[in-house]
Amino acid sequence: MTHSTDLIAHDIEQYLERQANKTMLRFITCGSVDDGKSTLIGRLLYESKLVFEDQLTALEADSRKVGTQGEGLDFALLVDGLAAEREQGITIDVAYRYFSTEQRKFVVADTPGHEQYTRNMVTGASTADLAVILVDARKGVLTQTRRHSYLVSLLGIRHVVLAVNKLDLVGYSEEVFEQIVSDYAGFAKEIGLDDVVAIPMSAYHGDNLTEHSLSTPWYDGPTLMGHLETVEIDDDLLASPFRMPVQWVNRPDLDFRGFSGQIVSGVVRPGDRVRVLPSGKESAVARIVTMDGDLTEAVAGQSVTITLADEIDISRGDVLATADALPGVADQFEAHVVWMGEDEMLPERSYLCQIGAMTVQARITKPKHKINVNTLEKTATNTLALNEIGVCNLSFDRPVPYDAYTANRDTGGFILIDRLTNGTVGAGMLAHSLRRSDNIHWQVVDVDERAREQLMGHRPQVLWLTGLSGSGKSTIANELERRLHAFGAHTYLLDGDNVRHGLNRDLGFTDADRVENIRRVTEVARLMADAGLIVIASFISPFRAERQAARELVGPEQFCEVYVDTPLDIAEGRDPKGLYKKARRGELANFTGIDSAYEPPRSPEVRIDTTSVSPEQAAGQVVDFLRSRGVIA
Amino acid sequence: MNNVHSMSATQPVLTHLERLEAESIHIMREAVAESENPVMLYSVGKDSAVMLHLARKAFFPSRLPFPLLHVDTTWKFREMYELRDETAAAGDLDLLVHKNPECVEKSINPFTHGSATHTDMWKTEGLKQALHLHKFDAAFGGARRDEEKSRAKERIFSIRSAEHRWDPKQQRPELWRMYNVRKSPGESLRVFPLSNWTELDVWEYIRQEQIPIVPLYFAAKRPVVERDGTLIMVDDERMPLLPGEEPELKSVRFRTLGCYPLTGAVESVAESLTDIIQEMLLTTTSERQGRVIDHDSSASMEKKKKEGYF
Ligand SMILES: Nc1nc2c(ncn2[C@@H]2O[C@H](COP(=O)(O)OP(=O)(O)OP(=O)(O)O)[C@@H](O)[C@H]2O)c(=O)[nH]1
Ligand SMILES: [Mg+2]
Repeated sequence: MTHSTDLIAHDIEQYLERQANKTMLRFITCGSVDDGKSTLIGRLLYESKLVFEDQLTALEADSRKVGTQGEGLDFALLVDGLAAEREQGITIDVAYRYFSTEQRKFVVADTPGHEQYTRNMVTGASTADLAVILVDARKGVLTQTRRHSYLVSLLGIRHVVLAVNKLDLVGYSEEVFEQIVSDYAGFAKEIGLDDVVAIPMSAYHGDNLTEHSLSTPWYDGPTLMGHLETVEIDDDLLASPFRMPVQWVNRPDLDFRGFSGQIVSGVVRPGDRVRVLPSGKESAVARIVTMDGDLTEAVAGQSVTITLADEIDISRGDVLATADALPGVADQFEAHVVWMGEDEMLPERSYLCQIGAMTVQARITKPKHKINVNTLEKTATNTLALNEIGVCNLSFDRPVPYDAYTANRDTGGFILIDRLTNGTVGAGMLAHSLRRSDNIHWQVVDVDERAREQLMGHRPQVLWLTGLSGSGKSTIANELERRLHAFGAHTYLLDGDNVRHGLNRDLGFTDADRVENIRRVTEVARLMADAGLIVIASFISPFRAERQAARELVGPEQFCEVYVDTPLDIAEGRDPKGLYKKARRGELANFTGIDSAYEPPRSPEVRIDTTSVSPEQAAGQVVDFLRSRGVIA
Repeated sequence: MNNVHSMSATQPVLTHLERLEAESIHIMREAVAESENPVMLYSVGKDSAVMLHLARKAFFPSRLPFPLLHVDTTWKFREMYELRDETAAAGDLDLLVHKNPECVEKSINPFTHGSATHTDMWKTEGLKQALHLHKFDAAFGGARRDEEKSRAKERIFSIRSAEHRWDPKQQRPELWRMYNVRKSPGESLRVFPLSNWTELDVWEYIRQEQIPIVPLYFAAKRPVVERDGTLIMVDDERMPLLPGEEPELKSVRFRTLGCYPLTGAVESVAESLTDIIQEMLLTTTSERQGRVIDHDSSASMEKKKKEGYF
């Protein structure tokens, strides 16, 4: 055991005391496929006597069954724990392992080398202090080595070990080692990795892992373990200004109102002046509450509950910050984005964005460029595909408090979530805001929503008619507008044709253009609803995500989705403009229903079955709904 | 912690346990803030005890904002039921107990039906039933990544399909301390606040915080029989003895707790927490060796989880 067995046996108390005060190093292994990452970790655990007898017996059996090393032990099997990994001899997802030595505690994340699984590598890297980048001595620096190095730098890992592995297969040649080290040095410098320590090793045989190897007498640098145990990790979060995203408002009874969260940087004490962002209200810390008693001070990393001297409205996602050094507040940013979705990014589509404890709607503009990880060239692009890295502008639906990622991972890192699949499709790092709105004071509007309602005699609403081409949207929309007008309601009809001729004449019918078309229409509809109108928007709007975005932008209580439900064969039979025929002849590309998908609404407010009701009855259905919702009397 | 600014690289500001505690609390608050109907699985073991303690800290001074759920098999050790009932009697929480009614009716047990069927029907099926019955959309579990190789691969927030299946190849990226808690209709979340704890951390924390645990973790003379190299405690009269088997009093303790007929004891004289920690540090076998269900096949845990085991 690397644990001091004697101390454990004779003075366990003292041993535990020492344990408690050890520092912790979080590191990852990364690099190209088959360079020996998992083997390295397995071997490291084994050398550190951290593999138990029963696990060793299992390893022997597994090695014989699925190992890649013939009769020898396949140490990778100690970490590659999934059935699919063992069968294929590869790593698919990150494995986290924990171990400690006399000097330090370690959490290591073994990440996959395959490009396909880059997002799992990023997962492991996001929390690491140090990266061990492996290179197969026979193959040298590969694209994937560069990609991982680039990601390591982007994610803010400052310490790197270049592990030149499988040296046993090149006769422990110093030349090969030196060649790889110098090949890598230039690239590392370009991407801003300054602290690179190169170590020659054989993960399989254990050379230079915990002891200096006799096979590399020419090497007098540290062993891997020696380096990991002593490398200084500077934790400057403590010296940074105080920040705490509010996760949960703690209200056990009317007399207590606390704000729970984990301090992400700085120090806080009762009496400190703090600001609540984005609102900008200021107060002082009253108490720092924990179950073990109130604290006189709390520091970065601690989870606490803070009460304030004044009654201020604070909710989840707000950030408490020291009044002396505020984070920025903005709604438009430039950021690095790593795309992780199977489907490529759609510029202008709305994604959910999680930043700190806040979730906002975000739109990504067309990427400024993507980065070729091999050459570091910036190339123009319209989108980002799986595993691509680019620089994009982001626009949020409201201002958020933030710091640059390089200053604070927690207030500068974000993830993007697809609204339909709910999957995490991107991760990003804020660089800077495009428009500072640090002193936001919303324009005070004297004429408010209620005032307009009273004047209008009804409440605003967006009636969103969706359905196939030829389903009957326009006919129903016309009838509906006639009926509402007769009531004295103020209406406006927006439809594909009147919008495509003006506002959107620069757009075609590709998926990306359709998304943009609907986005613009949604914004216009919202403005009109703000002005107090009942807007009838009649658009094929084939994608669920866009309609969902429209609903969220307009606000669910002002949005009514009307599904004009006509089966494709019937709509095609009607074909009032002859478009289906054209599409069938191949003269019209991207035609909804033919070669472009229509995603029917799952739970529309009103569904109109045009095979059984007349346009008049259909309009009646919508009017009934508006009455039931209290939009019109 | 008065000298925070003069921190040296060897003297961390927060101790290791303080950091783990803060992380777990953060995880629990995220899950509670973002889910509609969370629940904490409470198995009465040491990990559950730690998880419960952390939950009390996370939401103090509020009451726990979720109930505890004990998926009972009727075959747990008697001392486990005692601690469970004491916990419920503390009065600061709600405890639900679920027993799969089909198992009750058919008297499913490990002796007649085998350990696999027993575990599958009482635990896996029972858990699914309970989650479904109460419409829980997020469930806290006390699993740790250091327990087993496939656990080492699992995210802290783990999505399960409507059939409660885990798909290890489709895990969401999980960056920083940012958790995507969104799920589609029917899907549910498993949340593992102790993911980054090791067995040693758990014991040290129990010692530091003086958390009550089932006495079976401490060595005492107990009646055991040896079967297939495993020491099984004869905890009640339902345990059928094989011909020639005679319970023997041995000083034993348990490293994990489950159904008594399926849980192996280790011979030990560790009577205090410090003894346990000492013994653990000097031992040469892993914790899960005491679990009969894990011996079935080497990939058995991953398979079980794909089928909906916690
Ligand atoms: N001879 C020799 N073989 C090695 C060494 N390191 C790893 N290998 C072998 O290289 C193969 C790949 O090793 P892994 O550890 O699975 O590689 P990896 O980098 O984890 O692969 P992925 O995670 O799938 O990217 C296995 O057969 C190892 O036994 C080494 O230092 N010398
Ligand atoms: Mg690997």
